[in-house]
Amino acid sequence: MADLEKIMKEENIVYKKTKVLTDNVMHYCPGCSHGVVHKLIAEVIEELGIQDKTIGISPVGCSVFAYNYIDIDWQEAAHGRAPANATATKRLMPDKFVFSYQGDGDLASIGAAETLHACNRGENITMIFINNAMYGMTGGQMAPTTLVGMKTSTTPYGRNIDLNGYPMKMTEIVASLPGTCYVTRQSVHDAASVKRCKKAIKKGFENQAKKIGTSFIEITSTCNSGWKMPPVEANKWMEKHMFAYYPQGDLKDAERDNPDDYIKYIK
Amino acid sequence: MTEEIIIAGFGGQGVLSMGKILAYSGVMQDKEVTWFPSYGPEMRGGTANVTVIVSDDRISSPILNEYDTAIILNQQSMDKFEKTVKPGGVLLYDPNGITRHPSRKDINIYKVEGVEEAAKMGNVKIFNMIILGAYLKLKPIVKIENVKKGLEKSLPERHHKLIPLNIQAIEKGMEIVNKAS
Amino acid sequence: MGELKLMKGNEVIAEAAIRCGCDGYFGYPITPQSEVMETLMARKPWETTGMVVLQAESEVASINMVYGGASCGKKVMTTSSSPGISLMQEGITYIAGAELPCLIMNCVRGGPGLGTIQPAQSDYFQACKGGGHGDYHLIVLAPSSVQEMNDFVNLGFELAFKYRNPAMILSDGAIGQMMEKVELADYKPRWTDEEIEKISGDWATTGKKANRKQHIITSLELDSEIMEKLNHKLQAKYKKMEEEEVRYEEIQCDDAEYIFVAYGSSARICQKSIQIAREKGIKVGLLRPITLYPFPTKPIQKLAEKVKGMLSVEMSAGQMVEDVRLAVNGKIPVEHFGRLGGIIPSPIEVVEALEQKIIGGK
Repeated sequence: MADLEKIMKEENIVYKKTKVLTDNVMHYCPGCSHGVVHKLIAEVIEELGIQDKTIGISPVGCSVFAYNYIDIDWQEAAHGRAPANATATKRLMPDKFVFSYQGDGDLASIGAAETLHACNRGENITMIFINNAMYGMTGGQMAPTTLVGMKTSTTPYGRNIDLNGYPMKMTEIVASLPGTCYVTRQSVHDAASVKRCKKAIKKGFENQAKKIGTSFIEITSTCNSGWKMPPVEANKWMEKHMFAYYPQGDLKDAERDNPDDYIKYIK
Repeated sequence: MTEEIIIAGFGGQGVLSMGKILAYSGVMQDKEVTWFPSYGPEMRGGTANVTVIVSDDRISSPILNEYDTAIILNQQSMDKFEKTVKPGGVLLYDPNGITRHPSRKDINIYKVEGVEEAAKMGNVKIFNMIILGAYLKLKPIVKIENVKKGLEKSLPERHHKLIPLNIQAIEKGMEIVNKAS
Repeated sequence: MGELKLMKGNEVIAEAAIRCGCDGYFGYPITPQSEVMETLMARKPWETTGMVVLQAESEVASINMVYGGASCGKKVMTTSSSPGISLMQEGITYIAGAELPCLIMNCVRGGPGLGTIQPAQSDYFQACKGGGHGDYHLIVLAPSSVQEMNDFVNLGFELAFKYRNPAMILSDGAIGQMMEKVELADYKPRWTDEEIEKISGDWATTGKKANRKQHIITSLELDSEIMEKLNHKLQAKYKKMEEEEVRYEEIQCDDAEYIFVAYGSSARICQKSIQIAREKGIKVGLLRPITLYPFPTKPIQKLAEKVKGMLSVEMSAGQMVEDVRLAVNGKIPVEHFGRLGGIIPSPIEVVEALEQKIIGGK
């Protein structure tokens, strides 16, 4: 015990949890991507010094309790409506940093309209999109992003295009909208990807200060419980199958379209 | 004093705006006023009507079974509203386009050649002001200076230069209205 | 005296919002209330008071924008008409559950379904009995003139913030579309950040300062024991409203043998019906609920002690009549008269209904 006290000194610290992350024990399953992404957001908030200026909008889904883990003010939105909450919050308090945090069912299915229109208006917000290709909280049902052939509790024989349509590339759709400034697809399954992802999240927040449009960050994720795979296997499966359909990297890095370019259509 | 009026005609004849100018004139004269339009798709080219109530007291229902005055500007409105004039009340109409003239004996019926006169004055848009003038001759419930103020309030600034013409049309309406035999 | 204008009910909602220091309006076009957003857009209040006005992609988005804005302690509102208000019910129950203040105006049109664009009062149940899921109430104000449309914007916000509860102005196509003389209120500045801190500083999501805990706006609580407590808290709030916020008007009730109970445009019609009935020697008065929730139960109970019957006049198949009957509790006959589908009853029809259903039926 005495040895431990000797070791636990400020100068020996090699890693410290950001104070923006609360001490609450996370309810997420082992191997889940949410915990890592929460940590990255918390670190970005700390590094930018904006804890007192950041408002998070949490979704309905596994991350409904995100407010228990990141020590900022939060609104818990109705299912799919986080971009609407975020829109009003940002417009009414333009000097604050506002981000929505949504899963694939929330953002790409029930909230598709709110997502597209917030991006199309170029709201100066950051949208975090956790895509694990299924509804986690309700027990592993098909999401719009579920891959073809993928088994879920509502596609027990695998996703069938004739029956269920195609896996939805929400991020590509959003990138095509003139209101977005930064659209990227990231992951957090290894050290390098975590580093890249944090950079992307940071950029998304920094863009808010520049007022250049909507930043949209997809984080391609795993759902070990829903996928019924151990974490390591899930990561491998994600790299092989998810990344093939959801290619990683930036889709767009610019400013939102110049409004002047659109005036010619009226003239 | 309470005056309950129905103004009815085709959409585009200025029925609603005439009612609005009358109502605004009432406001300028410190009266209580209600302007209640028929609304919806019928506004676009079909029939349009508006109830205007001007009163010294708090106004009750905007929906009425009978009126002190009916201002009727097309045949459909004649068919619908002639019977709603209170006994002893006033029916004012423009005979242009009317095929069945009013026949009631227990009301006072007046004619005003608004369409014809507007054409003579060289501006069909002032038709409704000629009609308003005719009405105000019969029922001087608001003073002409308050009508002028009402016009100022209800017309957008860019149309204020047309106010003298509108007043001229009102005066013309007052001049040419006559009792139907 | 404030500025006098001739305005439509819907237009005055917009004007009153700007003048009472409203921070944000979020809406979606629907007849017969589109003039509200049109008036706001033409007035450009963002250049004067700083009020935000946004046309949302749907009523669903509008009400959730209101949810977001209300979470920040801002004075925010939306308006719509029946089908749009149905779409908003999810958001409204979240707002009630999260105990947030906001203002909603429903310019009621005939239903069900897409129905008609003509006036109706068939959303009484939806407005007064919850509308969305769960045990909650809105504060429901029923204007019967353009002047009250003006006055109830400010009153609605006041009550909403007093109780941290959504307030609704239950108007209809007639009140929305008619123009009347209105005395406008003077401009009140929007609340400053410091004022918001003072008024809503213990709950609003304005950014977590170092000296305080997180503010979390949510209606979620998975622990049923706690959820029950939260429900009791809501119920206590509603009880307080019922005790302190009932508003109504009595017209010619002193010598009345019969009573019309009517709100909004029906109450206007009944005023004419009283005139017609009294000319025929029928002594009838009007009790006009101004707050539909909380409902004026006690005043109706009191009147039931001395009159022979009541007629609830509504442009519905009979909704408010249930609350009148509950108040009267079988003491005297209570009947309903109304027209449906967007038809406004005429004053004479109402008198005839009184004669047939109450006077003749005793």
